Amino acid sequence: MSQKETTSPQTQQSLKSEEAVTENPWQKLNAFTDARVGLGRAGVSVPTKHLLAFQLAHAQAIDAVHTQLDTKQLATTLTEQDWAPDCAPLILHSRATDRATYLQRPDYGRRLDYQSANILDEHTAMNQQPYDLVIAVVDGLSSLAIEQNTVSFLNALFTHLKKPESAENDTESNWSIAPICIVKQGRVAIGDDICQRLNAKCVLVLIGERPGLSSPDSLGLYLTWEGKTGLTDASRNCISNIRPAGLVYQEAARKAFYLLNEARTLKLSGVKLKDRSDDDLVLDKSTESHNFLTN
Amino acid sequence: MSNPHSAFQFNNVVGERTFSFVDLADLMAKATPARSGDRLAGVAAESAEERAIAQMTLADLPLTIFLEQTLIPYEDDEITRLIIDDHDKLAFTPISHLTVGGFRDWLLSDIATPDALISIRAGVTPEMAAAVSKIMRNQDLILVAKKCHVKTAFRNTIGLPGHLSTRLQPNHPTDDLTGIAASMLDGLLYANGDAVIGINPATDNVQQATRLIKMMDEVIQHYEIPTQSCVLTHVTNTIECIEQGAPVDLVFQSIGGTQATNDSFGFNLANLAEAQDAALSLNRGTVGNNVMYFETGQGSSLSANAHHGLDQQTCETRAYAVARKFNPLLVNTVVGFIGPEYLYDGKEIARAGLEDHFCAKLLGLPMGCDVCYTNHAEADQNDMDNLLTLLGVAGCTFIMGIPGSDDIMLNYQTTSFHDALYARRVLGLKPAPEFDAWLARMEIFKNNEKFTLNNQLPDAFKQSLNRMIGGRS
Repeated sequence: MSQKETTSPQTQQSLKSEEAVTENPWQKLNAFTDARVGLGRAGVSVPTKHLLAFQLAHAQAIDAVHTQLDTKQLATTLTEQDWAPDCAPLILHSRATDRATYLQRPDYGRRLDYQSANILDEHTAMNQQPYDLVIAVVDGLSSLAIEQNTVSFLNALFTHLKKPESAENDTESNWSIAPICIVKQGRVAIGDDICQRLNAKCVLVLIGERPGLSSPDSLGLYLTWEGKTGLTDASRNCISNIRPAGLVYQEAARKAFYLLNEARTLKLSGVKLKDRSDDDLVLDKSTESHNFLTN
Repeated sequence: MSNPHSAFQFNNVVGERTFSFVDLADLMAKATPARSGDRLAGVAAESAEERAIAQMTLADLPLTIFLEQTLIPYEDDEITRLIIDDHDKLAFTPISHLTVGGFRDWLLSDIATPDALISIRAGVTPEMAAAVSKIMRNQDLILVAKKCHVKTAFRNTIGLPGHLSTRLQPNHPTDDLTGIAASMLDGLLYANGDAVIGINPATDNVQQATRLIKMMDEVIQHYEIPTQSCVLTHVTNTIECIEQGAPVDLVFQSIGGTQATNDSFGFNLANLAEAQDAALSLNRGTVGNNVMYFETGQGSSLSANAHHGLDQQTCETRAYAVARKFNPLLVNTVVGFIGPEYLYDGKEIARAGLEDHFCAKLLGLPMGCDVCYTNHAEADQNDMDNLLTLLGVAGCTFIMGIPGSDDIMLNYQTTSFHDALYARRVLGLKPAPEFDAWLARMEIFKNNEKFTLNNQLPDAFKQSLNRMIGGRS
């Protein structure tokens, strides 16, 4: 047995007075970046406060992936909008039966299940006219992104699609729009299946993007002209990071409308359709972006 | 076991059942520890028993079979040609009589000293490394990797035993210089960045790459940091940057293990040779001339539909043939980035990280690991702590360092500056010696032996910080 170790009152006092957490003098740099700089340290480890903040952000991202999209609620809300197409939204499902399958089998997430394919085929059989556009709202990897951004974004987009001056007599800018399709366990390419079955000229897929730690609610948008199964991403145009803290709705809608018109004019989408919607903007970031480490 | 008249090249009778494998590729795939990417490709074993039998069957094959039977035809694939043409028969001699199972025993034995492992390197093909790894446990992968010493150098010396380096990764979603500088300062003051300061650009073109290369060069020169910079842009962009006079230290490229994968990445071996020559012509290294930085990761070939029916780990290991042709300073397996359709959870990610590190080290590469995961994978920080610790024990060359584990540009989580210091403390792993001396000189470390950071802001950085946030600090 070793001798019982005793601690002097002085040692006890010094253990107490020394700060366990060392703050970083450069902590204020976090005003210039979203990166987690200047966290300080307990020894060399992340202090409790920041550890728990990180865990919360990760928990929100995980929940965004695993929480099921409430399709009925979304359908109800979409039906209530004044721009809503005459036909109620169609609720569809991919061939991925559950989230675990969805995550491991992207091929299943790209195709509609049998029942959903039937719903679309029946709709097309009853409804002989072709559509200019079908909008597919797909859960993807974040149901949160769909729940928080879809209605607001579509509100902004439909102000372009249904401008009063472009009514009836102006067929050039009038868009005939298919019922909105709401899809569970879907990937981007499931829009191709939908576009083809509804006999639409193009498909706009709104999809929950892979959640980042500080962006669990990021909505992505993919435009595909004459979508049909087997196309790759080279045939699509993408607008990413649509959310209040990212690309705001009006801006995203302006870009989307630009791409839609360009696609209709050129009869294509993808690498040959260049997004020049920002060409008129003067981009000069030299004043705000500054390497303070050397000058 | 082998019957030329059967539709199956390998048959193994166990009890009343005969297990059959179509060919070497099929056997390799079915012997691979379970992972989602091989299930997605439809090449995985259909039962745990079939996998175990495949491992036994593979263990009985002679190593020479990989020289006689190519998994992708020689005529069709420049990486197969590279593997076969560059095989060193003399280096292979000491192990040429072994089976795959015997090779495992040899690697674990006391015959396989660090020097012995260096001497057989050029005789080991990627397929041999992949095959033996499939029948090794995690501890085997760690034990042998630790014996494989790989030293490289540019402005500092990477890979010495007992050392661990870090890539400072100051990515920013808009390539904002202030944001990048903030992350760089944070990293340097947490003693990170000796492997490389490497930025994944948000806008990927020659102009942007040049802007970032110049920015990092100014910082490295200003503070006289014994490290190197890299912008992770396409190899053809970097060649243009060099032609336009940009101060390029390292050339980056993502590489895969089949020619078709690399076609999809938009490059071939000739492009890499051209880029290496261009970077060498700048003569910017001070203690060495390893000028290439490669990234790899299981699943890239399947993702590009370029896997030729091979399992993803075998494809990955073939990429190391590409890497070792060009004497890289660093190779990085970005193990958890690709997502759960290739590596489903923390267990699969950890296994893949250890396999990649072992195979690369056996083949003589300076292998580091982006110990990472995405938010749709079944993994969390604890899984990363486990893999980081295992790789630290295995002698991993380098890991990533990023503020608070959160990459705000690529939207995934990797190791933080703090994580690297944790690994140093629990395992006693030092940064590259030249960088370590700089940390002491700059008073970033108060005690280099105990990895104790300075509580005060080092003088050299006070002026810069004041410029940005003002006041006393």
